[in-house]
Amino acid sequence: MTEKLSLVSHVDAINWNRIQDDVDLEVWDRLTANFWLPEKVPLSNDVPSWSTLTEEEKTLTMRVFTGLTLLDTIQGTVGAVSLIPDALTPHEEAVYTNIAFMESVHAKSYSSIFSTLSSTKEIDEAFRWSTENQNLQRKAEIILSYYHGDDPLKRKVASTLLESFLFYSGFYLPMYWSSRAKLTNTADLIRLIIRDEAVHGYYIGYKYQRGLEQVDEARREELKEYTFNLLFELYENEVQYTHDLYDGVGLSEDVKKFLHYNANKALMNLGYEPMFPREVTDVHPAILSALSPNSDENHDFFSGSGSSYVIGKAENTEDEDWNF
Amino acid sequence: MLVVYYSSPSEYTHRFAAKLHHPVRRLPLLTKDEMPVVDEPFVLITPTYGAGPHRGSVPKQVIKFLNIKANRERLRGVIGAGNTNFGENYCRAADIVSAKCGVPVLYRFELLGMPGDAENVDKGLDELCQASAPHAT
Repeated sequence: MTEKLSLVSHVDAINWNRIQDDVDLEVWDRLTANFWLPEKVPLSNDVPSWSTLTEEEKTLTMRVFTGLTLLDTIQGTVGAVSLIPDALTPHEEAVYTNIAFMESVHAKSYSSIFSTLSSTKEIDEAFRWSTENQNLQRKAEIILSYYHGDDPLKRKVASTLLESFLFYSGFYLPMYWSSRAKLTNTADLIRLIIRDEAVHGYYIGYKYQRGLEQVDEARREELKEYTFNLLFELYENEVQYTHDLYDGVGLSEDVKKFLHYNANKALMNLGYEPMFPREVTDVHPAILSALSPNSDENHDFFSGSGSSYVIGKAENTEDEDWNF
Repeated sequence: MLVVYYSSPSEYTHRFAAKLHHPVRRLPLLTKDEMPVVDEPFVLITPTYGAGPHRGSVPKQVIKFLNIKANRERLRGVIGAGNTNFGENYCRAADIVSAKCGVPVLYRFELLGMPGDAENVDKGLDELCQASAPHAT
């Protein structure tokens, strides 16, 4: 290992009373307000539900969660940390340290799920699978190679694609169980992770776009091409990984729609237009509903039917005291 | 139909609004700036902010804009911009404006809008124009 350790070369005392980019403070506040620990989620309530799953379903669930653990571990110990030397402001550096720590919390929370639901032997087997599955390892290799590369903007692209795209082949399953009223506490925990990843993807993508403003048109074109190429490379691998996991339970096709849907969102976080057309992003409404109770209501514009047309509920109005 | 929108410096909602064929008007970025008074019926697009379910969901600029009675009176509906990752808080600001002002939530979209969203909104706004046309004269 002759790789040079890359650290910020000069550090001044961080002054939170002089903000260069308001988004840094905004995101810091949101991340700290969102702070949570797995111990707060009553996972043990899922024990009866876990016992209703078939052996195959249990194995699938364990494998999905070890895959997610690997990604969170990468993002916590390498990904978010690798962004610090390229930060434009000291507050951006501080936000990355928060992101890195929360990724470690996420990684640890899967172990909380495992120890609640499963035996040591099964846990060890699932972790062994994660080190042996080629497509999972390939996914980690691709991302790690860009984190070790010397292009700061490409690192941000890789990081945003991880936060906003690569997790979702895994996140699908707990949303699926939740839609069938299974492992609902586990799903609550995963929803906290999903919420965090949205802020991370938004923020890193935002910083990428600020970085693009400082380079010329040719470089912007190069980075756009790179982004789409990397997305395709990861996508192809992700499709294989999805088949490895979900073919046995017959969910692969629906998981792929969820991949397309989230790939579009990852591109948008980087400031690019979504690529996958509507016909291949029509995720099953039950999954979207498990993700967000409001999300399946946007298909019915002005028709007068559907709950989105109903005037909002009165209890939502405590937001601010905006006196008319 | 006029579309009034707020978009933060991240420009997501701005980029969605730019895709629409209807006239659009952006609210000022700074809360200290004077808010416009709109003199025709309009639809509002608002993103959702904030850390928790009960505070800060509606951008301050939108609140300031709607605190002007004349603007509230001409508001015909609200469209939410958001991200389903935020779970039950997805497009919450639109729900709050809807409840507060007694207008329907017309549509919800994510980030810059998925393929087809801008077309759907354009079509819906056309219909809304036609529906309200007899009353306008």
